[in-house]
Amino acid sequence: MTLDEFLHVGETQTIGVHTFTPDEIIAFAQKFDPQPFHLSEEKARASVFGALCASGWHTASTWMKYNVRSWLLDPKNWTGEGPAPQAQVSPGFRNLKWLKPVFAGETITYTRTVTGHRPMASRPGCHMMTLTAEGYDSKGDKVIEFDNSAVLTAS
Amino acid sequence: MAGKKWAFEDFVPGATMDLGSKHVTAEEIVEFASEFDPQPMHVDEATGKASMLGGLGASGWHTCSMFMRMMCDAFLLDSTSQGSPGIDYVKWMRPVLADDTLHASSTIVAVRDSSTRPNLGFVTMRAKMLNQRGEQVFELQNTGMFLKRVVA
Repeated sequence: MTLDEFLHVGETQTIGVHTFTPDEIIAFAQKFDPQPFHLSEEKARASVFGALCASGWHTASTWMKYNVRSWLLDPKNWTGEGPAPQAQVSPGFRNLKWLKPVFAGETITYTRTVTGHRPMASRPGCHMMTLTAEGYDSKGDKVIEFDNSAVLTAS
Repeated sequence: MAGKKWAFEDFVPGATMDLGSKHVTAEEIVEFASEFDPQPMHVDEATGKASMLGGLGASGWHTCSMFMRMMCDAFLLDSTSQGSPGIDYVKWMRPVLADDTLHASSTIVAVRDSSTRPNLGFVTMRAKMLNQRGEQVFELQNTGMFLKRVVA
């Protein structure tokens, strides 16, 4: 098995489906993003969005929830030589776009596509993996996307 | 939008805003990670210590969310904000560990008028967070939309 095969490079995987309830939208917003359109239906009606919608950080963090649940690097799936590649840290992400509001009651389908990996000159034995994260609403419209990366131990 | 302290015209390129401080507890690291990012180094102190993070470390998504709250409290809730189309980039530069105290600031990089909505403009900001040792742990650049006080 190659690292490409293990990482499903180029293949878009559905990692989870999540319905954003009013209660969880409000609970997240009270802690991290208490803008009126995330706090209550009533306040949201008078806002730019017109209805209660999830914080963009809530929809992004929920991608991570399903990314962990459907963990790509399950060592049980590794049949290559040596130890299974393991995730270490992520240096960050780029190009995060909140393309449409995620209103209360909306169901989002999250996907993950590993776009590539390369050996790191600065860290022998490590690869930098790049991936694209996306979420689509019930109409099939994309609501969120970003490019993420992670350091893997891999020979 | 009368009565808001911050409107488009108040964001001046080059100006830096202090976004205040935030003490990060082990309980909130575990609570966030349990729901959104239950990798062992974010939910278990011993595993965190043995990992590359060197301690119970906050999920990067938690760090982003804490930053958002600091931005809300510092100016966003008292502004004419119309939301944000996204984030240019986030860099997780060093681990954020339990009992760290983060200090955030944000510098205005650029402002421009909307070409389609004369009452609105875009503000691009670059923010950073330092820990209690003065080490930079986080950097973010994003663009927000703000209503103008005066429409030309």
